[in-house]
Parts: sequence; C-alpha cells; structure tokens
Amino acid sequence: MSINSTSNVIELRGVSKRFTTPSGGIYTALRELDFSVAPGEFCAVVGPTGCGKSTTLTLVSGLERPSTGTVQVDGVPVSGITPGVGFMFQNDAVFPWKSVLDNVAAGPRFRGTSRRLANEAARDWLRRVGLAGFEDRFPHQLSGGMRKRVALAQSLINEPRVLLMDEPFSALDVQTRSIMADELLNLWEQTRPAVIFVTHDLEEAITLADKVIVLTAGPGRIKKIFRIDLPRPRNAQEIRFTDEFVALYSEIWETLRSEVETAYARTTKEVSA
Amino acid sequence: MTQAKRIPDLGSTEPTLEVPAAGGDDDRARARELRRRKLRRRIWLNLARIALVVAALGSWELGVNTKHIDPFFWGQPSGVWRQLKTWITDGTAQGSLGEQILVTLQEAVYGFLIGVFLGVVLGIALGRNRFLSDLLSPFIKVANSIPRIVLGSLFSIAFGFGLTSKVVLAIVLVFFGVFFNAFQGTREVDRNLLSNARILGASRWQATRQVVLPSAFTWILASLHVSFGFALIGAVVGELLGADKGMGLLIRNAQNNFSPNGVLAGMVVIGVIALVAEALITALEKRLLRWRPPQLAGDAGI
Ligand SMILES: Nc1ncnc2c1ncn2[C@@H]1O[C@H](COP(=O)(O)OP(=O)(O)OP(=O)(O)O)[C@@H](O)[C@H]1O
Ligand SMILES: [Mg+2]
Repeated sequence: MSINSTSNVIELRGVSKRFTTPSGGIYTALRELDFSVAPGEFCAVVGPTGCGKSTTLTLVSGLERPSTGTVQVDGVPVSGITPGVGFMFQNDAVFPWKSVLDNVAAGPRFRGTSRRLANEAARDWLRRVGLAGFEDRFPHQLSGGMRKRVALAQSLINEPRVLLMDEPFSALDVQTRSIMADELLNLWEQTRPAVIFVTHDLEEAITLADKVIVLTAGPGRIKKIFRIDLPRPRNAQEIRFTDEFVALYSEIWETLRSEVETAYARTTKEVSA
Repeated sequence: MTQAKRIPDLGSTEPTLEVPAAGGDDDRARARELRRRKLRRRIWLNLARIALVVAALGSWELGVNTKHIDPFFWGQPSGVWRQLKTWITDGTAQGSLGEQILVTLQEAVYGFLIGVFLGVVLGIALGRNRFLSDLLSPFIKVANSIPRIVLGSLFSIAFGFGLTSKVVLAIVLVFFGVFFNAFQGTREVDRNLLSNARILGASRWQATRQVVLPSAFTWILASLHVSFGFALIGAVVGELLGADKGMGLLIRNAQNNFSPNGVLAGMVVIGVIALVAEALITALEKRLLRWRPPQLAGDAGI
C-alpha cells in the first residue's frame, strides 16, 4: 500500500470537501474521493456540473485544503501551493496588463530567473504554441483561442510535473477545440507531466486521456474509472471515428448519463421549488 | 424624437468611429461622411461653448456698465483681465506672479505626491490584510468624517507660515480619497488572477506588486483626478490661513484691499493650474492603462 502510494504522482485518499454556504449551512462538494495518477499519466475527469471537479483541482494544487482525507503529490502531503504544479483555470487567468511575452515569462520571473533567460524561454514556448509574432500584444487584443494558448505556454514554461486543466477549451468552438487537443497532446508528449484534465466533453476526455474518471452528481464521488487503451500518438480529428473509440464512448456515456440526469433533475427541481 | 436619439450616437466623447470592416467604395464614402459629420459637430460645439462664455462674461460686464451689478463687491471681467495683466507685467506686491504660482504649485505637488503615496500604500496594505483593516477601520471612518480642512488652523500654529503647514494640509486632504479607492481596488482583485500568480510561483510581495497593484490602479487613477484638486485646495487654504508667499496670500491680500477683481484673478490662475494638472493626469492614465480595451480606457469621462 505505502509502496504503491509513493509510485504515484498524485494520490487522493478519503478526500472530502465541505463549504459553508452563505445561509450558514454546510455543503458537501466532495465525499470520500480516492484516486491516483501515475507519473506521465493523462487522466480526464468528467461529471455533471457542480459535482466538484474544479474543487478537486484546487485541492491538488494546494489552493484549498481537504476537510478530511489526504492529498499527496510526489508522496508529500499538500500544504501550501504544491511545488511543480501547473494550473489552467476554468476562466481566463492571464494577466490583462502584461504583454503576451511578459505573461508567459511570469512564472520564471517569479521564481527568480533573469529577465533575459525568462524572455528567451518565453519566446521559445510562444513558438511552440504557435504564437510567435504576438509577443507585444495585450491579452484583450487576442482571440479566445489565442488566450488559451498563452495560458498553456504560461503553465508549461515552468515544466510542471503535474498539470491541472479545468475545462481549458470549453469556451472555444468545436474546430478550434480539436486543434487545441492535438496541440496539447503534442506538447504533453514533449515534457510528459501527469495531467488531470477536467471537461464536460466526453469525446474530448476519451481522445486525450489514458484514463477517464466519472464522478457522480454532487456531492462528487467516484462512480467508475475507465482505462483508455487507444494507441498513441493520437490524432484528435480522426480517432473519434474508430470502432474502439465509439465502443468506449457508448460504454462511458451509459455510466455518465444517469448522473447528468440526476444533476439536471436536481437543478430543475430547485428552480421550480 | 428621432433627432434627439441621434445626438448621443455622434457624441464627441465617443472614442471610435464606426467604420465598416469591408472596404467597398460605398462603405468608405459612408465612413468619410460620418467623420465629416463628426468634425462639423465638434466645431459647432466649440463655437457654442465660446459663445456661452462670451455671453456670460458679456452680460456681467454689461450689468456693471448699466449699474445693475456693483463692481465694488462683484468685480468685472475687464477688471479681472486688467489685474491679470498687471500681475504678469509688473508683478505683485509680494514678488512676481510666477513666483507665487511656483510656491503654491510646489506645496500642492508635494502634498499630492506624499498623500497619494501614503494612500496607495496604506490602502493596499489594509486591503491585503484582514487583521489590519479590522483593527484600523473604525479610526479611519472617524478621521474621514471630521471636517479636515479645519486642521489647517492647527497646522499653521504647529508648523508656522512656511511650506510644511500647507503640504501637511494637502496630504490630509488627498490621502483619504486615494486610500479608499486603493482599498476598494485591492478588495476587488480577481481571485482567479491571484491564484494563478501563486501557482506560477509568486511570493506574497510579488503578487501584491504585479497583480494587486496593477488591477487596483484603475481605481487609484480614478481618484487622482479629484485628488490634485484637493491638494490645490489644501495649499491655497493653508496660504489663506497664514503665509508669506503664494496664490492664497495673493487672494487674501486682494480681499483685504477690497479688490474683488484680485480675488477673481487669483481664482482664474488657480483654475488654469488645475486644468493643466488634469490634462497631465489624464495623459498618465492613458499611458498606464494601455493594456485595457480602448472603449474602457480614458476618454469615457466628461
Ligand atoms: N467557495 C465555495 N463556497 C461554497 N460552495 C462552493 C465553493 N466552491 C464551490 N462550491 C460548491 O461546490 C460544488 C462544486 O463546485 P465545483 O466548482 O467544484 O463544480 P464543478 O464540478 O467544477 O462544476 P462545473 O462543471 O460547472 O465547473 C458546487 O455546488 C459549488 O456550489
Ligand atoms: Mg468547474
């Protein structure tokens, strides 16, 4: 057991998270969550809205503490911001007052790298995410997709061992999303961090991941974990037409659907009540 | 009705023209027509403004000439003009006009800079620190609610007739506006951006300097416009209460000599200083808020 837990990069054991609601009650967002992610593993998390996906990521990143249970990264219990972690937030979090170059160079600059070296690395990463030539723009002068690329470069420049992504592409149109998925896989192959990728989109989850975790409607618990043994490298635009993909999709969707329906029934009940 | 609706569309404060994207000849002609209409409107507006000033000053002057207004109490525009000319050519009783302006400006600028600095530092410190803000907020509320201008008398007793008493009064007047804006701006910082900075490795100080400060700047800059006015008030009132140089003293001497034209001429000079400062602050604001989308930055005011 203990040997097993040190071989994983991310390890959640019996994790629950409770919030106090504005009316003074207690809301349980996550209940008794157990899962682990191996080094270099790409793990997708799907589940209905409000089931605690974002909350899970904040626990792993160290922005929040679990109410009960333990979160370990690299065998060390999380306390403070987890070192070696990258986080792409659900909402845009690039700094609007920094140019694209300064945004990407921010991580190394915060960590004490000289401006020259940081800018050099930032230029390199901008080239890799296809934004060479946009160094001097401000975020409001970019498209939504370009801002996501900036955020991606901003995270990857720190060469994280763990990359947390919270529905990073959900605001993009379908075509851009599958292009970004391809680019993400490409970049991930280069540095191979362990990834937790939260998404609403089951197709995206299967395309990218080695394993898909399905959460129940809130409070989130693990419903089932699916291994995705599709061969790599994968092509996001084509893989979804293969028979294996279609079979996996219908199998996982069968599991996910009842949770989505539960969550939906709950919200409509709340509205009509 | 439709006429009334069209006017705001062409408002002179609108920063961008609606130029159609596709550049057909038709579109270009329309864009040119729009621009011409806008220019014409601006010229008209300025002419109307000048007319308004001329009318106001003219009827004042006329009122004096027809003996409806007593220039002994209220002065008259031509008298103010003469007074200004005398000051410029012959100097004032306390030295050249330039010297008086410089003295007042120095007091106001020192007070402004120190007041803004203190306001920003304390505003952000309290905005970032729950304990400090809980501890100090009742004192700050009390201090803000007393009529601070009265402190001018105290300062002129304590610090004498020199520079210090005016600068301190200006600081006190400037501080609170800047402080409350910096505090509020700090409280409104996007949590997401702060989280992102922390994840990327920012220390608390780095997060404050590179995330909190720039995002609170929008608020702080908004307060600077009013603040320079307050600094100027602090300097002038300080001089009214006791000084050996400056615009305030000039005005006070005019008052003692029963010269309303002198008081008004002093006011005009101070007004010009305030306008120049306002223009400088607006330029600074534009420069510092470059990163914002154009329809939000600058220009939006009156
Ligand atoms: N700071 C908080 N205080 C109170 N409740 C919270 C807080 N953060 C999250 N919650 C609640 O916890 C639950 C899970 O939130 P979370 O953001 O993790 O959902 P999610 O799965 O990411 O949803 P979505 O897919 O819509 O982004 C929600 O019901 C939310 O209302
Ligand atoms: Mg979420």
